[in-house]
Amino acid sequence: MRYLPLTPDDRAQMLGVIGAATIDDLFADVPAAARKSETFDLPDHAGELEVERELVGLAALNRAAGAGPFFCGAGAYRHHVPATVDHIIQRSEFLTSYTPYQPEIAQGTLQVLFEFQTQVAALTGLDVANASMYDGSTACAEAVMMARRVTRRKKAILSGGLHPHYAATTQTIAHAEGMDIVRQTVAVDAEAAVVDAIDAETACVVVQTPNVFGVATDVTAIAEAAHKAGALLIVVTTEAVSYGLLKSPGEMGADIAVAEGQSIGNALNFGGPYIGLFACREKLVRQMPGRLCGETVDAEGRRGFVLTLSTREQHIRREKATSNICTNSGLCALAFTIHLTLLGEVGLRQLAAINHAKTRRLAQALGAIAGVEVLTKRFFNEIAVRLPGDAAAMVGGLLDDGVVAGVPFSRLDPHAGLDDVLLCAATEMTLDEDIDAFAQALARRIG
Amino acid sequence: MRFTKDHEWVALDGDVATIGITAYAAEQLGDVVFVETPEVGKTVSAGEGLAVVESVKAASDVYAPLSGEVVEANAALADAPETVNQAPEAGGWFAKVKIADPSAYEALMDRAAYDAFLESL
Amino acid sequence: MTMQNVGRPTRPEDVQPLAPAFASLTGGRGLLQDEALIFERDGWTKTGVDLPAADLDGSDLGDLARAAPIGLPGLSEPEAMRHYVRLSQKNHAIDLALYPLGSCTMKHNPRLNEKMARLAGFADLHPMAPLPTVQGALALMDRLSHWLKTLTGMPAVALSPKAGAHGELCGLLAIRAAHEARGDPRRRVLVPTSAHGTNPATAAFVGYSVTEIAQTDDGRVDLADLAAKLGPDVAAIMVTNPNTCGLFERDIIEIARLTHEAGAYFYCDGANFNAIVGRVRPGDLGVDAMHINLHKTFSTPHGGGGPGAGPVVLSEALAPFAPAPWVVHGANGLTLVEEAVEEAAQAFGRMSAFHGQMGMFVRAYAYMRSHGADGLRQVAEDAVLNANYVKARLSGVMTPAFPEGPCMHEALFDDSWLEGTGVTTLDFAKAMIDEGFHPMTMYFPLVVHGAMLIEPTETESKQELDRFCDALVALAQAAKAGDVDRFKGAPYLAPMRRLDETLAARKPRLTWKPESGVAPAPLAAE
Repeated sequence: MRYLPLTPDDRAQMLGVIGAATIDDLFADVPAAARKSETFDLPDHAGELEVERELVGLAALNRAAGAGPFFCGAGAYRHHVPATVDHIIQRSEFLTSYTPYQPEIAQGTLQVLFEFQTQVAALTGLDVANASMYDGSTACAEAVMMARRVTRRKKAILSGGLHPHYAATTQTIAHAEGMDIVRQTVAVDAEAAVVDAIDAETACVVVQTPNVFGVATDVTAIAEAAHKAGALLIVVTTEAVSYGLLKSPGEMGADIAVAEGQSIGNALNFGGPYIGLFACREKLVRQMPGRLCGETVDAEGRRGFVLTLSTREQHIRREKATSNICTNSGLCALAFTIHLTLLGEVGLRQLAAINHAKTRRLAQALGAIAGVEVLTKRFFNEIAVRLPGDAAAMVGGLLDDGVVAGVPFSRLDPHAGLDDVLLCAATEMTLDEDIDAFAQALARRIG
Repeated sequence: MRFTKDHEWVALDGDVATIGITAYAAEQLGDVVFVETPEVGKTVSAGEGLAVVESVKAASDVYAPLSGEVVEANAALADAPETVNQAPEAGGWFAKVKIADPSAYEALMDRAAYDAFLESL
Repeated sequence: MTMQNVGRPTRPEDVQPLAPAFASLTGGRGLLQDEALIFERDGWTKTGVDLPAADLDGSDLGDLARAAPIGLPGLSEPEAMRHYVRLSQKNHAIDLALYPLGSCTMKHNPRLNEKMARLAGFADLHPMAPLPTVQGALALMDRLSHWLKTLTGMPAVALSPKAGAHGELCGLLAIRAAHEARGDPRRRVLVPTSAHGTNPATAAFVGYSVTEIAQTDDGRVDLADLAAKLGPDVAAIMVTNPNTCGLFERDIIEIARLTHEAGAYFYCDGANFNAIVGRVRPGDLGVDAMHINLHKTFSTPHGGGGPGAGPVVLSEALAPFAPAPWVVHGANGLTLVEEAVEEAAQAFGRMSAFHGQMGMFVRAYAYMRSHGADGLRQVAEDAVLNANYVKARLSGVMTPAFPEGPCMHEALFDDSWLEGTGVTTLDFAKAMIDEGFHPMTMYFPLVVHGAMLIEPTETESKQELDRFCDALVALAQAAKAGDVDRFKGAPYLAPMRRLDETLAARKPRLTWKPESGVAPAPLAAE
């Protein structure tokens, strides 16, 4: 076994030092009824080549997003990640280190987290950010529960444009914790409708911009309405690149901003690992979930970084913790930070502009097809289009034309009555030829 | 001044009790980094959580030694939590509570009884 | 007040200054550079990418468009590379030396697994891509599930939880759903005093009140106390096995029997599954739900604090309540059940947006296939052998918390051997850094005073273990010989001296801000 250094001689010698006759003696506490003497009904060990062959075979059964025209978004976006990012995150010192509990020998990880927190705060226009959550959807659920702690109220209003999976995750997790989750009717451009539902019991309203239909909304008025009622505004974003072009949640009055950060630095990975961004106003920081890195000095007065405010966390507060989160998405945060450092403000704005321009081209091409209606008026890099029939069936058909047309809304929420709606995203990865191929194939199939 | 076995102290002035943690408790906690004081107007019953005091390693609940209504919280602790270490039984107080039953105060330990209790630990 | 003084000490000791023999002029230490933050390098107009021009003419974003500057610096590629490589050199890592953090399982991370996770067919795969285009990914999830179910002897697995604590949440939600389905909602969860902090945190999160169960003198769950506390309002018991003292719960089958007899479910914290994988199946112990930290037992890299993955295996009784999504074999190949309807009507909901940590699934599966049934059994045996070897070698100078009988995959010491030396567990741990080793887990579990929990894992050679034990023996002798300064000032030789955690917590500075309080010129301009 290539991963196990002990030789039979080592094992015999070590048993001698321990004073045990056989390895079984060390498992003596296991009840006899539960000891398995034979090996399991699974294959025995395999060489690197053999394992590689099996996995390459499985990977080959998938059609990678880069294999042709591709327009899926809906909470996960295909972007170009510079080679430098993957090189650095594979360095042993980052890849094979643990949570930085010993700050004297973990300054690399800690300084990166401090840079990450500062970048996320800047992007969201808020004061502080944590060291990451598992992903955007769990960050959304955590934000709702944080609003409960802050306001001591139990009701959360989720807008009709919130990603259905985010709504379901929040419903599952925050409801379990005792929140009343009110989800508004799913509709393409309905973020503003949350205002009517706000009352004196409301802990928070959750709106998404750009929303699951791609609609970008100015939430300033929603923030005002929420604050007037003593509630918090939580703004969700599933496409972090949009921060480069759109007004930040903080500028529009959000108290908490959560986002899926996968778009920056991280691959699609079939849904995970991703990285949840979580930022809030300074006065709320003690109710924030997750790890926080802070600046301090060492015994010689030199600047350094440590995990701080950890009394909010499970390993100290136990049943009174703000969250049970422990492991987060450290390496994905590193990838995010390196990519964003390479982009800089200049690059991020340009990247966002390219995404927007590509999607305008896509909207024009699809909107020109008779029978297709572009439902999203103001968008960033994703649009919802209404087709003259079932969107899922059309996606299946277009696959035969070599086009992955997008995500049928019914896949995210089969009960919304929006079976004819297709979500299509375009990014810097999308070629103009891809858009043309999509539009032509769609026109042919509708015609 | 009166004391509890949970290491809170109480000083009574008329029907207003000032509450904090004892020098012994502050010493045991180590460096206090944050105190969550109660909201003014909150009613508390004896034995209920009144405040939370945090050191780097621990967050500890401070219980109300007496029942009553919170009339003032020590706002100065927000910027200077170290006061709890520097002057635990003076400037490091947490809250003032208007108490319903002054006789309950007399039932708490006096300094000698508390010192004897500490000796027994 | 509740007096919690069991944790590690935080009062800054009078840390000794470094012997004033030599100090560099720039703050550099040999090859270790004093590295500024990206915000301090005047990179406000720099970028390390070359992107084509984009045309925003005709965009109708109007007042939705960002007007104010963001405040993000950029670096050219060589600067960025150097910045992050320099930072990396300030980290300890399993690839550098033994990383004996008990309960955390820092073992070798095979690079084959990294290579496989980066295959375009896995990495460049969208979670909502049409099912016919992701058959290989679903097959991998299906095979991983088969391995996890076979190794644990459990009939079902929920793959979507993203970490151990997320898995605990998943397990407790399934338990809650099962009780509610029976019309018997229960309010209480029992947790041993030695449990991971996540256990009571998770139970409270789900709305249960938490009752602690006492521990016996030999470090196991106190059966009598358990029996006394079980009752009709108890929903579940959460027990880690092997437990956080590194010991196997000898009475585990009886614990399960009592739990089931009271109508409660047995949640097992599977953080220490690596000690028994391939030798013992939790299903044979009466477990109803258990999360498996793929980043512990199955060696997906810890990455400086994640990402992890926490699939949860479930018993027959809990399986119907598993959250969406899951993979099923259909007429047209593999498919995903993504909604709690029809045959999935009892599913308690959804744990996260997509299907779980696919990147970790690929790595864990590659790890399992590489080891096979025989190799995984050897993993558990060598992990236990290594821990017992460390325990035997150190018992002469340090005091094992539970000297009687073997330990499992980790060796636990208390601090009674340090009594009178003036050296604390924390000092001892920091002195290990100067000797080139990462400290062990300290002050956990809480039930052992000044705890030192050492988990060597199976991927350490005997030679490396001997180096480690020799270093600890030498340090222990130094402590007993009164060489206190070596410990009080430690670490002397690390990239940083001891850091002031009190200052960080009292005056939190969680983001970089310009010294002057005024944004740098390019930022303020626009």
